[in-house]
Amino acid sequence: MAKITFITSSEEEIVLEGDSGSVMELAVQNGVPGIDGDCGGVCSCATCHVHVIPEYTTKTGEASEIEKDMLELDDNADEYSRLSCQLEITEDLDGIILRVAK
Amino acid sequence: MSDKKISELSCPFGYTRKEKGYGEMDDQNDPVTMLMRLKDVRKTAHNWQTFQSAAEPGRIVIPSEVNIRDTRQIPFEVDPPKHTEYRALVEAWFKRPLEAEYTAKLTRQIEKALDEALQKGELEVISEMILPIQSKALTLLLNTPESEAETWISWGTHVFRSEGEALDAKKANVLYDYIDKELDKAAENPGEDLYSVLLDSDFEGRKLTKEEAKGVMVLTFAGGRDTVINALTNSLAYFAEHPESLLRIKNEPEIVGKAVEEFIRYFSPLTHMGRVVTEDTVVCEHAIKANTRISLVWASANRDETVFENPDEIVLDRKINPHVGFGFSHHKCLGATHARQILKIFIQTLAAKVSSIEIIDHKDNIEQLGEYQRKVGFHMLKLKLNSNS
Ligand code: HEM
Ligand code: FES
Repeated sequence: MAKITFITSSEEEIVLEGDSGSVMELAVQNGVPGIDGDCGGVCSCATCHVHVIPEYTTKTGEASEIEKDMLELDDNADEYSRLSCQLEITEDLDGIILRVAK
Repeated sequence: MSDKKISELSCPFGYTRKEKGYGEMDDQNDPVTMLMRLKDVRKTAHNWQTFQSAAEPGRIVIPSEVNIRDTRQIPFEVDPPKHTEYRALVEAWFKRPLEAEYTAKLTRQIEKALDEALQKGELEVISEMILPIQSKALTLLLNTPESEAETWISWGTHVFRSEGEALDAKKANVLYDYIDKELDKAAENPGEDLYSVLLDSDFEGRKLTKEEAKGVMVLTFAGGRDTVINALTNSLAYFAEHPESLLRIKNEPEIVGKAVEEFIRYFSPLTHMGRVVTEDTVVCEHAIKANTRISLVWASANRDETVFENPDEIVLDRKINPHVGFGFSHHKCLGATHARQILKIFIQTLAAKVSSIEIIDHKDNIEQLGEYQRKVGFHMLKLKLNSNS
């Protein structure tokens, strides 16, 4: 079980628990505002964009080349940006905090 | 019989994409530089300052429509910041396809269409099944009575283009006149439909004008017609030739979302879309002059071998699929939620009801883009669907 916290654009904190699938799927299933997951998680829509709170980036690891290319052209992206459909839920993600991108 | 499958859409841009990155074509003396690589297409789509959509109405469409219309299509032919405001007006409406009631109605429409096709046995699927599915589904998006679809079906598959290349102003007028009439009705007698919602929308401190509402409606009709029809028809031809894939969807329903994205990538129902260059610039080490046109070739970008493994194959559950079949950045397809739902439900229903599909006859629909010929679908596809019950 991994506990994952989302901070929405209206500063609401949503804490969810999951043990499989992607972070995007967990967020969409629980209606986290701002995470739409339009393409179902194949890295084509960028509607699952989150910023990892800096102290947790070692847990989430690095984005792939393809994911980076997607984020590069997102006006709201920064060095902590990830596409949450590319974050597989495992014990390793337990405790992370993500800010939902605009 | 040749071995080539009719559902295979070979990509005519491969050589140019690898060697040079851009191609060229003329269109009514307003030539187009065609961008072929995924990275260039994305970057250019993102850069609206240099590559604008808000040009003379009709000019970013290829073949150009400047001689047949004056109505600006909204939000398609507008750039930020105005574009952002227009999108904000309609974004929520175009997400309605995710609602349970919408999905349930769409499912009923599609089940009925497939039951009828199964009863007929042999049929020409585009006119007898797919155009009706597309038209009835559109009544859900517009929130109008389902009976309106009868009128749209009667227009046939060529409302905007006649057979062949030429643009047909007379045919386009059928649509414009129809939308004018519907907007007048909605103005007089507001209801819960998209026409009424648009006319009642606030924009920059005033109501949306009738001309603006018309610009949105024309686009909703035109943008969602051939694209959806080609996506459905090509998918059907694919399953006719790949019964094992149909069985796989039945046994692994969870992959249907990925299959839909893969069909959009592989079939790329919209081949390309233009932009007008606002300043002298360089793309792909190639100088491009201000006030000329470029095009974003989605269909080529979606086969980019530097990004996609086995780009010319359909991999039903492709896991990483950063395609641009629905466009990219500000102007990405507003109807994508609706289109994805239609495709998803169509494929699921097909897998549930149909065991095998026989191909009786077909006539390809081939686009001529300068030196390039690209098959986008079919003018005619005669099939026999066999029930699995
Ligand atoms: C499989 C079906 C479809 C495909 C492949 C498709 C493809 C596209 C593409 C590539 C664009 C980007 C154009 C550009 O950047 O200039 C686009 C935009 C658009 N599409 Fe679709 N489309 C589909 C279905 C639909 C449907 C069903 C509707 C509505 C009923 C629709 C309405 C629109 C609109 C309004 C835009 C303009 C958005 C904007 O400029 O902000 N499309 N579509
Ligand atoms: S859900 Fe589409 S890119 Fe993540």
